[in-house]
Amino acid sequence: MTKKQRKRLVRILAALALFIVVLFLPLQGVPQLLAYLAVYLFIGGDILWRAVRNILRGQVFDENFLMSVATVGAFALGDYKEGIAVMLFYQVGEWFQSYAVGRSRRSIAALMDIRPDHANLLLEDGSLSQLAPEEVDSGSRIVIKPGERVPLDGIVEEGSSSLDTSALTGESLPRETEKGGEVISGSINLTGLLTVRVTKTYGQSTVARILELVESSGQRKSKAENFITKFARYYTPAVCLAALVLALLPPLLLGQSFGVWVYRALTFLVISCPCALVISIPMSIFGGIGGASKAGVLIKGGNYLEALAKADTLVFDKTGTLTEGKFVVTQQKPVGVSADELLQWAAYAEQYSNHPIAQSVREAYGKTVQTQRITSAEELAGFGVRAVVDGAEVLVGNAKLMAEYEIDMGEAARQGGTVIHVAREGRYVGSLLAEDLPKPDAIEAVADLRRLGVKQMVMLTGDSAEAGQKVAEGLGLDGAYTGLLPQDKVEKVEQMLEGERTGTLAFVGDGVNDAPVLARADVGIAMGGLGSDAAIEAADIVIMTDEPAKIPTAIRISRKTVSIVRQNIVFALGVKGIVLILGALGFASMWAAVFADVGVAFLAILNAMRALYIEKAPAENQTAQLQRKVP
Amino acid sequence: MKKTYKLEDLECANCAAKMENALNQLEGVHANIRFMQQSMTFEAPDEQFDSLLNQAQKLMRKIEPDVRVLV
Repeated sequence: MTKKQRKRLVRILAALALFIVVLFLPLQGVPQLLAYLAVYLFIGGDILWRAVRNILRGQVFDENFLMSVATVGAFALGDYKEGIAVMLFYQVGEWFQSYAVGRSRRSIAALMDIRPDHANLLLEDGSLSQLAPEEVDSGSRIVIKPGERVPLDGIVEEGSSSLDTSALTGESLPRETEKGGEVISGSINLTGLLTVRVTKTYGQSTVARILELVESSGQRKSKAENFITKFARYYTPAVCLAALVLALLPPLLLGQSFGVWVYRALTFLVISCPCALVISIPMSIFGGIGGASKAGVLIKGGNYLEALAKADTLVFDKTGTLTEGKFVVTQQKPVGVSADELLQWAAYAEQYSNHPIAQSVREAYGKTVQTQRITSAEELAGFGVRAVVDGAEVLVGNAKLMAEYEIDMGEAARQGGTVIHVAREGRYVGSLLAEDLPKPDAIEAVADLRRLGVKQMVMLTGDSAEAGQKVAEGLGLDGAYTGLLPQDKVEKVEQMLEGERTGTLAFVGDGVNDAPVLARADVGIAMGGLGSDAAIEAADIVIMTDEPAKIPTAIRISRKTVSIVRQNIVFALGVKGIVLILGALGFASMWAAVFADVGVAFLAILNAMRALYIEKAPAENQTAQLQRKVP
Repeated sequence: MKKTYKLEDLECANCAAKMENALNQLEGVHANIRFMQQSMTFEAPDEQFDSLLNQAQKLMRKIEPDVRVLV
């Protein structure tokens, strides 16, 4: 509670006590009026003053004005108690709104409490100097003690430790880092002392970018928000006009008493306040965005949250998104030699190659290569490698390479997938199968999306039809478009966008070379945003980790938020509408009207706060378990 | 030029919407007020930036007298 809020609360309580005292005082006539007036001015004086001041500034139809007219009108009609009560409840409502907004702002801010407060700069003489993170230059060395928040992105020069990245990624498992490893600002150093070479200034570092993103997420307002502010612009004048008509027409035309109809008109004025309506929408959306960021999903604006909630077509990039983006040797088929020999020759021949497949072969071999045994190695782009190992010529590569050297592959020629053929001394000795395996949570993520009612899920890849189809089928996708160049991916997405559809189309990529596709889709989702500037820049929604299971989580959050927004709109408009009708017919008193106004605001705000709290998707829990099993 | 400012004592969501609307009527100004974040992004041509920001503050005070732009 701020000082201002506390002061206002004290005043409200004091006014309430005074009001009750005056109610029971045995006063009559003018003294009674004066007593009521005193209470009224005590609780509503500032509103009256604001109303007058705003009218002088040319600002009519604001809440202060409406409340002033309604309550002064009540006094004029002799309904002193109601005049005071309306003002009192209005103040209670205002107080509660300000309190609730402050609370929700703070709890969202607490979710996003990743701002580091200082950096320990390592000076030439080995001493430390504490500075604000903004003051540290890139290239400086800093020391991060256990328990401290990493202030800037950098590379570890000394020490090893585990880092808690949960505030950034929603991932509860700590990340290990050691010399040469990356540290990301905003995470917490848990165990060891680290000396880090700073690679980015504070403004460029992960933590500053994330904070900026959340802070500016309100810039892209949701449709619901735009609708309701526009609605409010017409709603208040319209209800006021209706009040005027109500006050004048029935008495003039039907000769009924002015008192009754003026009272009903004043009821209208109380209901015409739009704030309850307007406040709950941005609050819900902000809550949803805050809750999502806690789960490691950054949503760049309310409009994207709405678009994601309606997603019924998901297009995935394959490599690095659904799959690990890394080849692993999964099968060895030696021909006439032992499996160990096959792998050894292949690994020796591939020793100097940077190709991802060469890496997978060396990893599968796993032993140290005695480089003196390799006399020469030559990379044949698009084919493979030709090397001389132990004085014998070894060819490692695709079928084209084997054909080039006229090597008879026999049965092996008919294999599908990414096959690495090996020949030695002109004789075929076998093949290795390398695969880019799906991420552990990818299958469950796809199944989960299916449960959420996503109609179409396809995969785009530059890979061969065989490799692509195999992954797509394994994951349970609806199909795969294979052999695509980056520009073909944009074209494919455009085709899908033009087709007949009911929901929105979301594209999920890793942000590395699919920025144009991310931009083109209704919603662009980038995975593995932690540490990737390109992804954060290009996407509408950034998933901080590289888990596909976060996608259904993001959809759940957005749907929940959108439904809260919808509930609030329907509820607030519904109650106001009913009270307007009842008021016009004379069934609703000003008491009912002010209760409706304040009560609706109260409930809508409470409902909005629900958007903050999110449950984890089943697929995510599963990954957590899988990861726990790995030592 | 585009700058982001913190706002103080912005107490009513509808007023925030009204202010945003009023500021965007100013020639060359693109304003965005976030009630929940209590902040404003203000974009205006460089040469008139200060005078437009001044006008904007006046317009905002007209709608909600207590609100302050923390420059």
